[in-house]
Amino acid sequence: MTAGADTGAGVATGADELLGLYEQMAVIRGTEKAAHDLFLAGLVKGTTHLAAGQEAVAVGASAALRPDDYVFATYRGHHHAMARGASPEECLAELMSKATGLCKAKGGSMHLTKASAGMLGSYAIVGAHLPMAAGAAWSAKLRGSGQVAVAFFGDGATNIGAFHEALNLASVWALPVLFICENNLYMEYTPIGDVTPVPNPAADRAVAYRLPAEIVDGNDVTAVRDAVARAAQRARSGNGPTVIEAKTYRHFGHSRTDPASYRPSAEVEQWLSRDPLDLAKARLEALGVAADSVAAVDNRVAGIVKDAVAAAKAAPGPDPADAMTDVWADGGSAWRT
Amino acid sequence: MADVTDRAGMGRAGAGVERAEDKVITYREAVAEGIARELRRDPSVVCLGEDIAAAGGVFKTTAGLLAEFGKQRVWDTPISEQAILGVAMGAAMTGMRPVAEIMFSDFFACCWDYLANEIPKMRYMTGGQVMVPLVVRTANGGGLGFGAQHSQAVENWALAIPGLKIAAPSTPADVVGLMAAAIRSDDPVVFFEHKGLFASKGPAAPEGHVVELGRAAVVREGSDVSLVALAATVPLALAAAERLAAEGISAEVIDLRCLVPLDMATVLASLGRTSRLVIVEENPYQGGWGGTVASVVADEGFELLDAPVRRVAAACVPLPFADVLEQQVIPTVDVVTDTVRTLTAY
Repeated sequence: MTAGADTGAGVATGADELLGLYEQMAVIRGTEKAAHDLFLAGLVKGTTHLAAGQEAVAVGASAALRPDDYVFATYRGHHHAMARGASPEECLAELMSKATGLCKAKGGSMHLTKASAGMLGSYAIVGAHLPMAAGAAWSAKLRGSGQVAVAFFGDGATNIGAFHEALNLASVWALPVLFICENNLYMEYTPIGDVTPVPNPAADRAVAYRLPAEIVDGNDVTAVRDAVARAAQRARSGNGPTVIEAKTYRHFGHSRTDPASYRPSAEVEQWLSRDPLDLAKARLEALGVAADSVAAVDNRVAGIVKDAVAAAKAAPGPDPADAMTDVWADGGSAWRT
Repeated sequence: MADVTDRAGMGRAGAGVERAEDKVITYREAVAEGIARELRRDPSVVCLGEDIAAAGGVFKTTAGLLAEFGKQRVWDTPISEQAILGVAMGAAMTGMRPVAEIMFSDFFACCWDYLANEIPKMRYMTGGQVMVPLVVRTANGGGLGFGAQHSQAVENWALAIPGLKIAAPSTPADVVGLMAAAIRSDDPVVFFEHKGLFASKGPAAPEGHVVELGRAAVVREGSDVSLVALAATVPLALAAAERLAAEGISAEVIDLRCLVPLDMATVLASLGRTSRLVIVEENPYQGGWGGTVASVVADEGFELLDAPVRRVAAACVPLPFADVLEQQVIPTVDVVTDTVRTLTAY
């Protein structure tokens, strides 16, 4: 899928590859903005947790993974679904309660899943999926498949028990799993530093489990890619898990009801000036990529998102009878005779 | 439908097969035997839990598995119930058939997120993309003086969550047969092994024995009252039936064997013969599974009844330590027989 699968540390990214990563991030950004607008228009119900600003973590990591690797994400997981191959249309259709959605409108924004692409779910209970990723890695190890599993999680998850149980067991069993923290500085509405005794909530805990940890600029797509490539190589070599803490920032609030007024404006400005798309653009320019080439990508992305919105809007809603399907492996929901 | 005479499937043992009646094993041995049979036939089956490998389980229900199958199939875990079920779930989603042990069912509370929010919902909320074929085994129930945090019968906890299948065998042969069905199931199954039955003995299961999930057994036929029971309340109900028979009361005893799928067809058919129902359950009266059975009977079997439905369940208090106190809380033969007698006037 990508040239990054065997990329070792320090290998320079080619301009073409970076342009491709930029396009993936732009598609995610455009889709997240569309989701925001559709919410305001009343076409998305429930809630959404937008990942705008955190695209580089998903896209950079995905560039370093094999197509058959496993990814487990959180309720803020639109970017991970798309980075692993879900289309903007099937994501937006899911948000808009359409039958063509990723999960046939049974999951919603918080549970985007594309199992056929190894994207094994978005989980809305904080930290719950870290042990699951360890389990997928255990499975890969037992089958000798050479696959790795990745759990993406927020900084808030580092204070829940499942995080610690997962790191401990994964270390003891030397599982091929990557624990990638998207530290966006806020545990929902509360600064993570106010509720955590160490400055790097994921990386600083790794040492207690004798796990290597790496802190990376989560807004730098190639830095993320390289860090994940190193960790994946370590995992595939039988050397066990790695904790990666990617420092990043969300552009929207925690969820759609949150204007994020608790964040100092200077902090917001500083992080917006380090927008992962702008960083990638600047690097493309430095690599000699013409502004026209980037603009052409932007135009193509705008068309992709526009078409996705139109297709999702036009798609049919679910058959009400589908509420009673998919509980059991036989497709049904019968609980008695 | 229920099988009356062929309960353990022993009648199906063909020529050349060792007669299962010749061998008697304990319920405890049957657990290890049931798991071992599936480990032998399917390389994707793998076991994990606290003290299950080298120690053979704190109840010796996994004794011998490590020796026969090795460390790649039988894994000791730390005391990390969330990790145990989370790891099992991740492995089940990616091609394995994990059999996870939670040492005491009380500890479900330590990993309830996986039993309530994750495992049973994954298939549904992904629109059928993912299946979670795992078994969660646990030692359940009271009567051994383990106190309030190691004695509960919590099968009603699992029953509260759509998306879990629930098995709770009462005999060694059913342990083996239901274990086979549970491990082969593509759906998640919670498998309750009753602590009070571990030392009990019964005929060994024949080779290839499988008890389909959701198939109750009529373990004693009768005409005056139906006693619907599960796990340890099955021998309790049988003892009560024996005592009632001496008084001229003919009790039919149904072993549900599973709570999901719940074999209400067998219960309703039995009521057609007896017209009286006593449900004998070890979980508390408040929220106990008998309430679900009674509500279906009220809905669909009202005309079959000649008497009120009675539930004999645990008292709505935590489990006490002392034997004399515990016997006040969980169902006893005396309470069952007394309850049945209150119905004979109808």
